[in-house]
Amino acid sequence: MHVSIQQLNKSFGPVRANQDITIAFAAGQIHGILGENGAGKSTLMKLLSGVYKPDSGQIFINGNAVILGTPRLAVQIGIGMVGQDPLDVSVFRVWENIACGLQMPNDADIRQQIIHWSTTLGFPLHPDQRMRDLTVGQRQQVEIVRLLIAGSDVLILDEPTTGITAAQVDALFAALRTIVATGKTVLFVTHKLDEIVALCDTVTVLRAGQIVGTQWTMPISKETMLTAMFGEFSTHTQAPAKPISTDNSRWQLHDTMFHDATFVLGPLNLSLPKGMIIGLAGLEGSGQRIFMQHLAGTAHPDRGYVHFNGQPLTRANPLVAWLPADRLHEGIIGAMSLREHVLLLRDSLLAPQQSAHDKAAQLIADYAIKATPDMPLQQLSGGNQQRAMLALIPESAQGILLEHPTRGLDTVSAMAIWQRLQVRRDNGATVLFFSADLSEVMQYSDAVLVFFGGQVSRLLARDSLSEEALAALIGGVGFAEVSA
Amino acid sequence: MKTQFVALRTPVIAMGVALAITAVLLLLAGADVLAAFGVLLGGALTTPSRISDMLMLLAPLLLCAVGLTASFAAGQYNLGIEGQMTVGGVAAMWWLRGYQDGSPVILYWIGAVLCGMLMGAAWALLVALLKRYMHVSEIFAGLGFNFVALGLALYLVFGPWKRPGVASMSGTEPLADALWLPTLTGTRLTLITPILAIVMLAIVWRLIRHTHWGLQVRACGLSALASVRMGVPATRRTFEAMALCGACAGMAGALQVIGVYHSLVPNVASGIGLMGLLVALLVRADVRWVALIAFFFAIITSGSIQLPLALSIDSSISGVLQGLIVLAIIVARARRGEEAA
Repeated sequence: MHVSIQQLNKSFGPVRANQDITIAFAAGQIHGILGENGAGKSTLMKLLSGVYKPDSGQIFINGNAVILGTPRLAVQIGIGMVGQDPLDVSVFRVWENIACGLQMPNDADIRQQIIHWSTTLGFPLHPDQRMRDLTVGQRQQVEIVRLLIAGSDVLILDEPTTGITAAQVDALFAALRTIVATGKTVLFVTHKLDEIVALCDTVTVLRAGQIVGTQWTMPISKETMLTAMFGEFSTHTQAPAKPISTDNSRWQLHDTMFHDATFVLGPLNLSLPKGMIIGLAGLEGSGQRIFMQHLAGTAHPDRGYVHFNGQPLTRANPLVAWLPADRLHEGIIGAMSLREHVLLLRDSLLAPQQSAHDKAAQLIADYAIKATPDMPLQQLSGGNQQRAMLALIPESAQGILLEHPTRGLDTVSAMAIWQRLQVRRDNGATVLFFSADLSEVMQYSDAVLVFFGGQVSRLLARDSLSEEALAALIGGVGFAEVSA
Repeated sequence: MKTQFVALRTPVIAMGVALAITAVLLLLAGADVLAAFGVLLGGALTTPSRISDMLMLLAPLLLCAVGLTASFAAGQYNLGIEGQMTVGGVAAMWWLRGYQDGSPVILYWIGAVLCGMLMGAAWALLVALLKRYMHVSEIFAGLGFNFVALGLALYLVFGPWKRPGVASMSGTEPLADALWLPTLTGTRLTLITPILAIVMLAIVWRLIRHTHWGLQVRACGLSALASVRMGVPATRRTFEAMALCGACAGMAGALQVIGVYHSLVPNVASGIGLMGLLVALLVRADVRWVALIAFFFAIITSGSIQLPLALSIDSSISGVLQGLIVLAIIVARARRGEEAA
């Protein structure tokens, strides 16, 4: 099936996620879609699979204009998408999960088809297995089989190798080759250059919502792809980086392994020194979040240990402050004011009212927050909420963990935030932050940790890196040499 | 002033819509709408005995609603309130059964109320424990325990505590006359219950609005994730708020036994807890409005009792009106983009 797209546009508020996308995908090939965070890959795939409707532009299937509208319609037309996190009904058996969306009343037929496709593709699936007993990789295989049984001619896979084992990656690649050999089309979305090289027939690079490299036929050099992904690398005025000290460790990880629902990280051996700003670089969802949760002591490693100031970190430590990206959900209480937050952070049983008001007023002045002490924080702008969250970090904090510290903030706010963090660092606190913005990582870090494929690099001095080199590491190029 | 007016506008409009729909229903039933509303809104206040009947409903209703504002503040939908009230009555009866002629009555009263509060709190804590450690929704756990509580009361009424000779739904052997709470002359109303309800209202108001404890409880209710991040002992505060709610309900159950039924009846909760939920849904964690709304609901419910006699309309119209008011307010809040409850 031949899919082509003409002048497709999609915006979310002021953000133009996809701009004038025009592209055609030939049948019988695996097409790689490459781009960094926020490049617009997922938006494009969701437009193709009917999750979103385009603002303008058209999609053609075999030369006929179609309106996809809903995922169900897209599947009927023959386009199926395997999402980043497989969505399925966990109490169902494999065959029930596949049957529930199909118009095929005969159970025996479905079972037979499941067995047929599993055998063809080399997936070890049985129709009567419970979904909840399967690994993420196996659930992905069920999803592929489901779409094939539903008659999909175009299969879209969004970052399919995140969270699955190496053997499952091999099985997946072999299966995808088998699938395209039957004349079907595969669109393979990834940020990993090696996967493009190993698997794809063509590659299309997206940057900032636009296509920058259309349908290059492989092989293409990694350097060409990197430049297309990140554009020309700029040099920012960088704060002078502090050298990495080795004797003064704030956090120590020894043979530590973490996991969450979809991801395994480690084993890690790291020492994070006192008084440094450390940037965590890597594509979003490469394990930075669980890494931070373990450093905060709110999650526990499967193996090994995490030490903080030489002591085992077994539960949330008041000396470690964690500032989540989802401010209003996890960070602060939107309906409460700064004064109430000041009170909340105290231990006293009958908190005196007036002094909390004064303290809040002082924080507002110190951190230049546009608010009054009694204003509910949800009424503040994002930048002011972020400043409020920073202001509420106790003076005693020795470890500060931040997710996207300046996401959505204007330049002035971002600089103000970084000034406060640098003061904290100079007072001895270790600041770890994760940002999707490479130039921010390069601008403010003293040292960098790169996250890739379930592993973390050793602590790399910022001065030893260029933005270009960092971009390559994030894409996995040369990562083996710096991995800890 | 202006913001207060805006905040009041939505409930007033919602109330109007609810009254209008009720009026249409009354019209469809062929009733005299104005007369019906007159009885609904004013019928409870016409004679001293009717006022006392209304207060007898208002006092336990207020206790339940006050307790529920504490659990709502912690973000817990305590649908187990009826069961907590029932076991409060059971515990009170258990204590009172130890009474012998000549014992100091006051000790038995205080003991019965304390037993009721403790048992209600324990019953609510069961729900909180199930939610925290077994991941059972407090709504379902609470409903489940309501049936267990009813079963316990039925077992006692028909089993170990049955009247000599005959077991009957009408309850256990009545309490000794000395144990009956004193009533106002000419009425069945005891003043102790409304007074205790107002005391509890004041205490809970103070706790939720003006203490560090209340601040932490409200923080847990507004955002459990954020409050845990900031070091609030969220599990403890949630448990404590639930226990406080259970204690209020248990107190209501105990007072119904000592002051109203003078025995343990299986249906000691008689839907008062559920009506308290309606009140709490309206005021949410804002304790200031509890007394006013509970008063309004008690008036409508008491007034409706006269509807069948006066106008041949079924008294269930009061429940329809109350339900419509709550629905209308929730819809209005949802339209304003607020959280549903």
